[in-house]
Amino acid sequence: MLIGVLALQGDVSEHFNILRNLLAAEEVTLVKTKERISELDGLIIPGGESTTVGKLMVKYGIDKKIKSSENLAIFGTCTGAILLAKKILGMKQFTLNLMDFEVERNAYGRQRESFEADLAIPVLDGKPFRGIFIRAPVIKNVGKKVKVLARYKNDPVLIEEDRFLAATFHPELTDDIRIHKYFIKIVRKYL
Amino acid sequence: MTETGTEKVKRGLAQMLKGGVIMDVTNAEQAVIAEEAGAVAVMALERVPADIRAAGGVARMADPKKIEEIMDAVTIPVMAKVRIGHFAEAQILEAMGVDFIDESEVLTPADERNHIDKTKFKVPFVCGARSLGEALRRIGEGAAMIRTKGEAGSGNVVEAVRHMREVMGHIRKLQNMSEDELMTEAKEMGAPYDLVKETAKLGRLPVVNFAAGGIATPADASLMMQLGADGIFVGSGIFKSENPAARAKAIVMATTHYDDPKVLIEASKGIGEAMKGLDIRSLKPEELLQTRGV
Repeated sequence: MLIGVLALQGDVSEHFNILRNLLAAEEVTLVKTKERISELDGLIIPGGESTTVGKLMVKYGIDKKIKSSENLAIFGTCTGAILLAKKILGMKQFTLNLMDFEVERNAYGRQRESFEADLAIPVLDGKPFRGIFIRAPVIKNVGKKVKVLARYKNDPVLIEEDRFLAATFHPELTDDIRIHKYFIKIVRKYL
Repeated sequence: MTETGTEKVKRGLAQMLKGGVIMDVTNAEQAVIAEEAGAVAVMALERVPADIRAAGGVARMADPKKIEEIMDAVTIPVMAKVRIGHFAEAQILEAMGVDFIDESEVLTPADERNHIDKTKFKVPFVCGARSLGEALRRIGEGAAMIRTKGEAGSGNVVEAVRHMREVMGHIRKLQNMSEDELMTEAKEMGAPYDLVKETAKLGRLPVVNFAAGGIATPADASLMMQLGADGIFVGSGIFKSENPAARAKAIVMATTHYDDPKVLIEASKGIGEAMKGLDIRSLKPEELLQTRGV
């Protein structure tokens, strides 16, 4: 099994370090080019600036490669979740259109309104998960096949659809590895 | 319980900017060019540092109207500068909803002894540093992000290199010290002991560290990334060059692929002339911006 972290821009090393704690060295890698996408069983699209990462993906043809990889499991956090969405409300910004939901960018406001809060996530055992929301998007209009794994004040914040997992917060900024473990299980299922 | 303005949330925004380029802009049109080119954030200014240097006089926080115009034009985070120690300017920017505040030596310092107590703000701050001691003092005051000072508006990377090497080299020295040597080291650096210990343990600064002050070419960006920068600020380097849009894109490309010389060839080709730049040795000591607020 090989899981890559897309290393175009963003908090790449935070995801990489968590994966390295959970997996063997040869199971984790950083990816910047389209050629390497086909080697992967799983891909994490990290937090970053969605406009920047989207543009670089298109520029290097990584978007097409991701879309044509039929068994590739993908986990997107914040920017990654935005890029997995069907479309961005009120904006003509690029997305991969891989999951059945729409997204509103910076929906909580500006950085001043960024926050952390405890989330109840029933699929993870035990205590609540500390969600760190930074200029976070809000998930809207989820399709029938989308499983909502957690909500914050009624809005979905962690969702799953087949081989895709999207979080509007940043598990990689905490020491809590449970969501990464959950993603690894999804990757294994589609091997 | 929901909490805003926590250390995690403030440092976290800086972490989201890693591997990216933050560009100085002076109006909405430039901000759109920067966003189009793939900037991760823009720094809203009335004048770029090269022009501040040329204009002389007292340089202050930009007109809020100017900053608002830029905030309205783009969806990426907007940063703005305040004078060192000028917490009232910072309060204004926070109330406006600016995403990140740069307590900057590029503006004329308002307090020659103290920096702003940045822990009092919900908005994160970035501060310049020439050495590890300076960086850890700023983090101790609550900075969520550090950048090298370099020499702003010079178009000459030499000072940014000096400052990055100084910080990274000093961290490597700390890592080789035994615990009982760290207190004396902290005393000599004039830095908080707990942050010195934390840095020695992490082998890096506890916050994101960008390069700034004189970066003008894709190769400059690659150099700074290879020296250990987490990302790049480009001030005068873009909008003082011949073809800002092409140069902005090229520097973004070089920052992502800093370790791939083949991509750097592409990035460096046919992007017009860089800004002219200054020999630092031709500046009088009082003309240096980096010695402000240490």
